[in-house]
Amino acid sequence: MNQTISNEGQRDIPGMFAGLAATTKRDLLLAWKRPGDVLNPLFFFAMVCTLFPLAVGPSAEQLEFSGPGVLWVAALLATLLSLNALFISDFEDGSLDQFLVSPQPLPMLVLGKTLAHWLTSGLPLVFVSPILAITYRMPLSVVGVMMLTLALGTISLSLLGSIGAALTVGLHRGTALLSLLILPLAMPIMILGANAVSLAATNDIYSTGIWALGAYAIASLSLAPYATAAALRISNE
Amino acid sequence: MTHKLSGDNLTLIRGERCLFQELSFALESGSLLILEGRNGCGKTSLIRAIAGMLSLEEGTVYWDDVPVERVRQTFHGSLVWLAHRTGLKGDLTLVENLGFERLLRAHSSQDPEEVYERLGISRLKKLVLRSLSAGQQRRVALARMLLSNVPLWFMDEPFTNLDREGRVLVMELVEEHCSRGGMCVMAAHQDVEINVPTTRVKIQ
Repeated sequence: MNQTISNEGQRDIPGMFAGLAATTKRDLLLAWKRPGDVLNPLFFFAMVCTLFPLAVGPSAEQLEFSGPGVLWVAALLATLLSLNALFISDFEDGSLDQFLVSPQPLPMLVLGKTLAHWLTSGLPLVFVSPILAITYRMPLSVVGVMMLTLALGTISLSLLGSIGAALTVGLHRGTALLSLLILPLAMPIMILGANAVSLAATNDIYSTGIWALGAYAIASLSLAPYATAAALRISNE
Repeated sequence: MTHKLSGDNLTLIRGERCLFQELSFALESGSLLILEGRNGCGKTSLIRAIAGMLSLEEGTVYWDDVPVERVRQTFHGSLVWLAHRTGLKGDLTLVENLGFERLLRAHSSQDPEEVYERLGISRLKKLVLRSLSAGQQRRVALARMLLSNVPLWFMDEPFTNLDREGRVLVMELVEEHCSRGGMCVMAAHQDVEINVPTTRVKIQ
């Protein structure tokens, strides 16, 4: 076991995008090995969307009217449901400690995790939503708009949610608190998203909502990783 | 190139309790720092504070005479952390776990197979970590430590869950590491006898 210890410090450290890719890859692998965690929120989303017409009545007019709202509320709640677990297992098994003492910038590692979260929670919702939208008699042109709003909206939800998940990671049963923290920030996303879809359904101009959702996603992308990293440092003390 | 890790006037207060105050130490390449004390006296807090995971009420930790906050990346790039919670994923195999680690930290050119062989875990490579015993998981964490190419080892209670051979092996590894010019910070409540220059810090 003869080796010399390299004292070059930073030179051998993999670059910061390697850190991002590493956490993304690891979390995707974990999701692959435990598919239940990915499927649960998806089932929840599908269940809410299918149960709703049974309760309020299946008249065509009513379905067309309530479709965008129901889909968006269900998507928001399904994402909140999955967010709780974002950092818990890393906190419990000590991976978070390893992140904190790693030479990689913590916001990058966090961004990698959030990206994996979106790929396993937000993106599946986007792809399942057309099936449910058609049961709400949504025309195909509107379905495209809805998928776009959901894609942009769930990016913001994953990013903002990661801040809440990081703040509540040290608390037992922090789910309710997490929802309370995130809802005020998540509400505008839901309103903009559902509204854009409704406008598209009545042939009004809906692009404003899409731009606003895009701006929201970019703002969260640039700020949330830093806030989450800071929150994790505090929570893990 | 030699390194130096030192702490000056460290004070940590948790709630109403002062865990330690005005504690100072200095550690150079090739030597070992042992943090001793009873259960619950603050060993783990101290070692976490030195590694930069806990913020201190007062005092500064220096890496090569520069406050660690100013050289966080270099400092964290020079250390590896081993604690009771291993930071390994139960759903992944040994190779998958260590492969993730390679992307975070500088790794040595050493053949991983040799390290697995020495730690007695080479036949566990294909198993998910959840199915291994606590001691075997500990050995996987040790493999991660050996495969990273860094001068500074942090070990919080490294002997937990290990059998007698395992404990002897850890002491040998620390000795080898220090003799190659590495350094080690260890929190332990057992008597540790390792044949390298040792500084002991006792927490009351």
